[in-house]
Order: sequence, then structure tokens, then C-alpha cells
Amino acid sequence: MTGTIALITGILLVLIGLWGILTNRDIIRMIVGFSLFDVGIHIIMLSIGYVAGGTAPIIENLSDIGKSYVDPVPQALVLTAIVIGLGITAFMLTYAVNMYEKKGTLEIDKFEELKW
Amino acid sequence: MVKKVFILLMIILTGLILWSFVPGYESRTALPEVSAHYVEKGPEELGAANIVTAVVVTYRGLDTLGEVTILFAASAVVGLLIHLNKNENKRRREGSEILRTGTALLFPLILLFGIYVFINGHLTPGGGFQGGAIIASAVVLQVLAYPNRKIGHGLLSVIESLSGFTYVLLGAAGVFLTVNGFLDNRILPLGEYGSLLSAGLIPVIYTLVGLKVGSELSSVVISLNGESEEEQL
Amino acid sequence: MTDIIFLIIALFTVTAALYAMLTKDRTVSVLSAGAAGLFASILFLMMAAPDVAMTEAAIGSGLTTFIFFFALRKIRSSRNG
Repeated sequence: MTGTIALITGILLVLIGLWGILTNRDIIRMIVGFSLFDVGIHIIMLSIGYVAGGTAPIIENLSDIGKSYVDPVPQALVLTAIVIGLGITAFMLTYAVNMYEKKGTLEIDKFEELKW
Repeated sequence: MVKKVFILLMIILTGLILWSFVPGYESRTALPEVSAHYVEKGPEELGAANIVTAVVVTYRGLDTLGEVTILFAASAVVGLLIHLNKNENKRRREGSEILRTGTALLFPLILLFGIYVFINGHLTPGGGFQGGAIIASAVVLQVLAYPNRKIGHGLLSVIESLSGFTYVLLGAAGVFLTVNGFLDNRILPLGEYGSLLSAGLIPVIYTLVGLKVGSELSSVVISLNGESEEEQL
Repeated sequence: MTDIIFLIIALFTVTAALYAMLTKDRTVSVLSAGAAGLFASILFLMMAAPDVAMTEAAIGSGLTTFIFFFALRKIRSSRNG
């Protein structure tokens, strides 16, 4: 049950983030949408590795081997993904600051160089 | 109008694709084969109590190396883009008395806690990434209390490149000294299971990763705070 | 019982995320995205992933919010100057 709730939560967060990216005109709020999308993906990945009734994969004594643990591999992947997400967010924000200093606005509609 | 319809259509389609996971979803009752191997054989093979750490540092260590490289590239680009335009010259208001006194008191403690977190990464939850983030949050506190103080990138970049270089060297030493190749942690003896100095190379590598991540995140924070007041101080 | 708590926190996460996208104020939007990250880190803890919960709380919720605010301050100061 926990896994299903987590999966649905993750899907909802991804959709909210996508909606925010597509409908907002303000660059900062688009980046907020990106970070929500990120969190949603992380919840989905962890829910795939969830084992019902499993505990965290930290084995205190060697005699505890063989009990039920959750999957460590998605956790390691999500750990990596969170850190990279921070790097990408900082990169996007710097870009937004630079664009603001060039144009004096954060509205995406005002940036017309790439339109055809 | 057409744009809104397209946006709605795209969200509904993405929702449908993702929703197709839900009806067939059941929580696993057993682990897949690879994960089961990590959980059952990991403590004996590598001597690390925290299996997530074992996967991050040793079993999938190459991924972590790539990841740290991406983080380095991101922080370098942030520094470059911020430095392209320096038009900000006014002094900022100093932090309040409470903030400055609190910073003096808390800064070393937060640093110490960050170091504790990454040294114990193989025994308890935590590790290089979390510890690095905690160290960076100590730097955030410093920057908030003294926004006009210039913090040089010199020391940070020395720590960053030295730890990255040592990480690669230790990884390459595994190729020559052990049978399993790159980033094997059994160069050092495994030690007593569950003690601080155990699990071979894992605490060493996680300390290096912690220093590297901490200095990279700190330099992102310092770059974004802006340090163009050099000529005034 | 655990399921009910999990469901409530999941609802909090989704609500905070929705509010981040609905509100007109940039600052409130950034703050409630941070709150969504913090609630998500409680979800991670309840899904037996303490490592990920720590990372999400320290990086995804804490540092990201700070970096947003630094960028917002830079934008504001270049507007005035």
C-alpha cells in the first residue's frame, strides 16, 4: 500500500512540475517547476525499489543477513540524482540571472532570438 | 488557445504513460538478483554496514566518479557565468548581531558535524554527499552573516582538485593491487566489522568525496552571492 | 496506521507543490517548493531510505532554496543598480 501511494504521489508531482514548466511565463517559476519534477521522479524511482515490510539496508551485525531489506540500488541512484539536480538548478539559475542582466526581464516571451 | 490545448494534451498523455505503471504495481516481496547479492554478500565482501554506501562507493563507484565530475562542471560554469558581468558595486547590509554571534558559535560545530557525517558514512546513514552539503550550509551561514567579506576561491579549488585527484589515484591503485580492478576497496585491510576504521578504502574515499562535494557546493554558493567587492575591501 | 500517516504526508507534498505553481509571488513559490522537498524527505524516511532522506533534506530542500534566494537577490540588486 505504501508503495502505491508513493508511486501516485510521484506521478502527481511530475505532472504538476510539467504543468508549471509549460504554463508559466516567468523563468524562476519554470525552474521551480523543474525542481518539483525532479522530486517526483525521485519518489517514483524509490517506490519501484520499495519492499513491503523491508527495513533500511544497513546491516548492524553479520547475523542480520537474510532479513528483509529494501532495494539499495535505486537508493544509490536517487542519492546521485539529487546532487546532480542541485548542480543543474544552480546552472539554470545562473543563466536566468545572466539573461536578466542582458534584457532586464524574466518573461520568457520577451526572449525572441530563438523564435522563427 | 491552440497552445493551451497542446499543453493540456501533453500533460494528459504524460499522465497516461505514467499511470500505466499503477494498476500493475505491487510492492516487491523479494529483491532482484543483483540487489540480493549486494545485500547478502556485501557485508562480507566489503565490510561496510551501510549497503547504500557500499553500492555508491565500490560496486557502482565509477558512476560516482562521473557524478562528481558533472558537479565540478556545473560549479565551474556557475563561476564562469557569474564572473562574466561584474556590475554590482554597492555594499550589502551586514547581518544582525544575533546572526553574527550565532555564526561564530555554530560555524565550527556545523563543520564538525559535516565531517562526522562523512567519516561515518559506511556505518550509519550519511556519507560524502550529505556531509558535503552540511559543510556548504555552514558556508551559507557565514555568507549570510558577513555578505561583504570576500572568501577566496583559492583554498576551495586546491581542496577540490587535490581530493578529486587522490580519488582517481586510489581508484587506479585498485587495478594494480587487487583482482577486481578499478575502485576496489580492499587495498587496505577490511578491519573489524562495524568499527570506524573498517571497510578498507570506503571511509577514505567517502572523506575525499565529502571534501570535494563540500568545496564545490560552497564555491557555487560563494559565486552566486557575488564577490565583486574586491576593490572595496 | 503507518499507511494513514504516509497518505497524509503525501497529500501535504502534493498540496505544497500545487501551491508553489499556483501562487503569484515568486518568493512564496520558492519557499513552498522547498516545503514540498521537505515533506518528500519524510516520505523517503518512511520508505526505509534514510540516506536519501538526509540528502533530500540537506540538498533538495535546504541548499536549493538558498540558491534560489541568492539568485533572486542578485536579480533584485541588478534591477535597482
